[in-house]
Amino acid sequence: MTELLHQQLALYMPEMAATIAIMLLKIVVILLPLMGCVAYLTLLERKVIGYMQVRLGPNRVTFFGIPFLGGFGQPIADAFKLLMKEIIIPDGANKFLFLLAPIVALAPALAAWAVVPFGSEMVLTNINAGLLYILALTSLGVYGIIIAGWASNSKYAFLGAMRSAAQIVSYEIAMGFALVGVLVAAGSLNLGDIVQAQRGNLLTWFWIPLFPLFLIYFISGVAETNRAPFDVSEGESEIVAGFHVEYAGMGFALFFLAEYANMILISGLTSVMFFGGWMSPLPESMTHVPVIGTLLGDGIHWFVFKIFLFLFLFLWFRATFPRYRYDQIMRLGWKVFLPITIVWIVVVATLVVLKVPPWFATPTLAGAGA
Amino acid sequence: MFEQLVFYAFAAGLLFAATMVITVRNPVHAVLFLVVAFFASAGLWMLLEAEFLAIALVLVYVGAVMVLFLFVVMMLDINVAALREGFSTYVPAAGIVAFLMLAAIGLVVGHQHFGLGAVPQPPAAAADYQNTAQIGRVLYTQYVLPFEVAAVLLLVAIISAIALTLRTTRQTKAPRPERQVQASRADRVRLVKMVAVKPEPDRIENP
Repeated sequence: MTELLHQQLALYMPEMAATIAIMLLKIVVILLPLMGCVAYLTLLERKVIGYMQVRLGPNRVTFFGIPFLGGFGQPIADAFKLLMKEIIIPDGANKFLFLLAPIVALAPALAAWAVVPFGSEMVLTNINAGLLYILALTSLGVYGIIIAGWASNSKYAFLGAMRSAAQIVSYEIAMGFALVGVLVAAGSLNLGDIVQAQRGNLLTWFWIPLFPLFLIYFISGVAETNRAPFDVSEGESEIVAGFHVEYAGMGFALFFLAEYANMILISGLTSVMFFGGWMSPLPESMTHVPVIGTLLGDGIHWFVFKIFLFLFLFLWFRATFPRYRYDQIMRLGWKVFLPITIVWIVVVATLVVLKVPPWFATPTLAGAGA
Repeated sequence: MFEQLVFYAFAAGLLFAATMVITVRNPVHAVLFLVVAFFASAGLWMLLEAEFLAIALVLVYVGAVMVLFLFVVMMLDINVAALREGFSTYVPAAGIVAFLMLAAIGLVVGHQHFGLGAVPQPPAAAADYQNTAQIGRVLYTQYVLPFEVAAVLLLVAIISAIALTLRTTRQTKAPRPERQVQASRADRVRLVKMVAVKPEPDRIENP
């Protein structure tokens, strides 16, 4: 479809301009729904936590006055409120860095989507080092937080930034090692190939052979996004709001956009690397069922569904777990997760070498290339 | 043409950022400029189709090392004015040292080693070329011994850093989770049956 569009555009503009226009169009097609999801994830979070705590959550702002959609206008109302608010720059703050920090926080969270495959052909850039790219970009998110904490010239903000920096650097290691297990199992750094390596059904996905790595990756993901129960960098009961205590209006909103976009990203990556991405959990024969056959087969809807499942876990954690004590966060990352991942990488490597079916019976891509 | 444009953009960014690292007054700004410099050089490597090195540079240096740098620099209480005292008195000596260094570097890696004539145009790789696999293959076969020696050196550095900074448990009041989780209800709480000391108050009627 994009080729057709490219041909049409090339009639009116130079070749290169058409390529760039298509690229920009693809970026918009990815980012607009993502931003919509971020907005409505806030509503989902408030609703889900509300129901878990036996209350209703937001239910006043309706959507175009439709009565049964009470609460559906809430994210839009919130966005308008935040846009209208004044941006306050505190006295003694480093103005340039103070304004730069929210952008630095949001940019990697959005840029990482460039390599996430939504379907077998639906990916913005199909690069070979996709997994490395993801790791590099997720490790950049911490800059927004540190710069914000330092530039605010406030003790609470600085404390939050320091906590967050130490926490993110620690959990990144466990996260990286969990991904090493994935790349050993898939034999490729390309996210599309990683999904292809899990072809089959629910039981051939990597979550069974890599189960400890899956748990560690997801928990580290929760820690990396500074979500409850690892939200010590915000810690509203201890250090007010942590690194974004001095921010108001849209600057504050950008930090939240980044946090929620990162949540969606971590959920997406978990499903790509351990739960077969866009693959259907049902066997191939189910696609021949009339009418709903295509829905039961592989497709982007399964990817979205899996993302939604993991996002629900994020919200569930927040509603049910008390905040971790800081020294225990560090202990969990360094003394529990790191040894488990190293041991399990050895286990996975053994499984791959022994070609244990059903996961590793077919030669991996790296082996085929050698 | 386009490649040259990208190259000069990244190269100019790299030079500018590197100059700012050593001239800017605020140490935090200096670290952030160093981050920009790393990004620019990663961009240059990307132009050479060395995607593994480029991304590894961002991942290791920008993602981990510079975060810790920033962490330390932000905690330091540096008096910039005191550091700049006596600049003029050191200039002659420093100038001589700088000139000697520059001359030495120039002799070893001078202009005769660079330029379009000295370095042939690198052949463009095929579309399915995997830089990562290529490096891995060389690193674990041809250069396996130096690679392992480097790994052992790093391990020694890690262990000695930990040994230098380790406080024994006697000196810290850090809680021990393995003992905390062993605590049971019986150790902490004792329920006793006893007679009420005070008589029960009269039942208050609901008004």
